[in-house]
Amino acid sequence: MNEARRNDKYVPPWTDPKAEPYVRIEKVTKKFGDFVAVDDVSLNIYKNELFCLLGGSGCGKSTLLRMLAGFEQPTSGSIYLDGVDMAGIPPYNRPVNMMFQSYALFPHMSVEDNVAFGLKQERLAKNEVSKRVNDMLGLVQLAQFAKRKPHQLSGGQRQRVALARALVKQPKLLLLDEPLGALDKKLREQTQFELVNLQDRTGVTFVVVTHDQEEAMTLASRIGVMNQGRIVQVGTPTEIYEFPTTRFVADFIGSVNMFEGRIVDEDNDFVRIGAEDARCTIFINHGVAAAPNSTLWVAIRPEKVNISREPPPDASENCTTGIVQDIAYMGDVSIFNVKLDGGKVVKVTQPNLFRHAEETITWEDRVYLHWHPASGVVLLQ
Amino acid sequence: MNQKRSWFLPACLIAGFAFLYVPILSLVIFSFNASKLVTVWGGFSAKWYAELLGNSQILDAAWLSVRIAAINASLAVVLGTMVALVLTRLGPFRGRALLSGMATAPLVMPEVITGLSMLLLFVSLEQWFGWPQGRGVTTIVIAHATFSLAYVAVIVQSRLTQLDESIEEAALDLGARPAKVFFVITLPIIAPALISGWLLAFTLSLDDLVIASFTSGPGSTTLPMVIFSKVRLGVSPEINALATILIAIVAIAVVVAGYFMKRQESMRQRDIQRAIAANQ
Ligand SMILES: Nc1ncnc2c1ncn2[C@@H]1O[C@H](COP(=O)(O)OP(=O)(O)OP(=O)(O)O)[C@@H](O)[C@H]1O
Ligand SMILES: [Mg+2]
Repeated sequence: MNEARRNDKYVPPWTDPKAEPYVRIEKVTKKFGDFVAVDDVSLNIYKNELFCLLGGSGCGKSTLLRMLAGFEQPTSGSIYLDGVDMAGIPPYNRPVNMMFQSYALFPHMSVEDNVAFGLKQERLAKNEVSKRVNDMLGLVQLAQFAKRKPHQLSGGQRQRVALARALVKQPKLLLLDEPLGALDKKLREQTQFELVNLQDRTGVTFVVVTHDQEEAMTLASRIGVMNQGRIVQVGTPTEIYEFPTTRFVADFIGSVNMFEGRIVDEDNDFVRIGAEDARCTIFINHGVAAAPNSTLWVAIRPEKVNISREPPPDASENCTTGIVQDIAYMGDVSIFNVKLDGGKVVKVTQPNLFRHAEETITWEDRVYLHWHPASGVVLLQ
Repeated sequence: MNQKRSWFLPACLIAGFAFLYVPILSLVIFSFNASKLVTVWGGFSAKWYAELLGNSQILDAAWLSVRIAAINASLAVVLGTMVALVLTRLGPFRGRALLSGMATAPLVMPEVITGLSMLLLFVSLEQWFGWPQGRGVTTIVIAHATFSLAYVAVIVQSRLTQLDESIEEAALDLGARPAKVFFVITLPIIAPALISGWLLAFTLSLDDLVIASFTSGPGSTTLPMVIFSKVRLGVSPEINALATILIAIVAIAVVVAGYFMKRQESMRQRDIQRAIAANQ
């Protein structure tokens, strides 16, 4: 798969209209009583993808995952896996495995027996089982812990047992519910790469649930952003970050400065937006399909704003001014909070390129903020 | 507070111990009394224990009681586990409140009423179906199981609610059918709770007098019934010896049951500690 990605001619399946989706979720709704946990979700996931479901707490990610695993039945709609309708197929007959957030290891069985459990249910020959178990334990680097019980392992080791136990069945689809949620930050970053690596090597299609947007960006081939039971946007990490389609997504992924405004001038290839709270006219170098005079929003990422004490050469557009209120030095970057004259606070991040910057900006400085015409994203809703 | 130790708490402690253990202790001591007069100390002797072994009426009753207690405990564990499973795993269903109320009713029901209702049930069953014929071991076991299953259900239910349900879901997900999941995953994990439930049911049955009196027939006199009838004719040192043995059995059972409960709890605590430690 890596090969394919590096290859120039590689066409991602989701841009290929002829590609057959591996998992097809069609208008799936799940209600608990009157409460709608998953609301009319349609989604295509392709073979070999590492698809991330991203959303805040309680937005229905786990419920959607549990419907794929067969623990919950959709109230309406259907799910197809590799062309087969999954309706009415119980979890133990689905070619789908799940890794639980709590890991759900069997406490009374050794690591080895935990991993072998799924294969034993398939009634495979004994030596076949032990061979596959050993291979899998080697793959997740747990060979020397084979005889231990789960409570004798660290959190990271348990996470790998849970992963091995689900992967060893060679499922068509592996579901992971917050696979790294119980790990500390450092271990989590390290494990993210292991997970991608493992997915690459096994070629199994992964669906990963997470509420951590950084994690989703690192792991995913594509991300589906969920809010209140609905999928609000699906796209590659870059698409989601650079081209959010709604204010919710722009806000949820990374941090963003949001300005409200109205169109003052437009043509096919540009638009000028008067933004009251930005105290300037924002010029965008592409056209927008919005009704004249309707309210819209411009989202600008903090790292796409330049900050300087001198006004830029052309300060008539895409440029505003304010007072530095707060500076956070993060090592690699510095974060500035700049209070505009109208009172709105804008966040700016700048890389720290030099060790001894002569002209450092400090508190209470009057600064100019300016950005490129391609930096602003126009959002209609 | 610490320096000026109050006499109050130690006094509470002593009073508590006295109320709990002085009667038992005096019974144990007098069971080794050489004198035939129960209230007069006549020197140390184990002769009443020897005499007890020669008393076939008491030995038969004891053996009967142990058998009833064992059968009852096994039955109660099976039924109580079934009730607990239904209450914790079936989700909401019609009659759930009724079942959970009825399952725990025997815990608070006066024994006399339980015994009486069981007796009436057996009499009418016999009239309508001809079963059970008369009253005896079967009826006592059924009556005992009815109330001890409530205790088992409570113990097992609390264990099942603690058990992470996703462990069972994981087994299903890995291809095991529900029945297999229960026997291979759930049962081994809750085994300590089943053992303590069994022991509790065993001791409950072993020392029950009231319900057994209502539901026993000729030829099925349990040990507590023998003791009670003997004591009415006057307390004999022999009975003291017997009671001492009973106390020993019950104490051992309670300690063992407690051990299993405690081990289960400490394992849980340790797992929690480890999980926290692993995340630091
Ligand atoms: N069995 C159930 N009965 C009733 N409501 C439920 C049930 N399962 C989930 N819900 C509700 O559905 C909503 C979505 O739950 P879900 O577990 O899918 O959220 P989530 O996106 O996984 O959140 P989190 O990130 O906190 O895990 C929640 O509001 C939850 O209360
Ligand atoms: Mg969840």
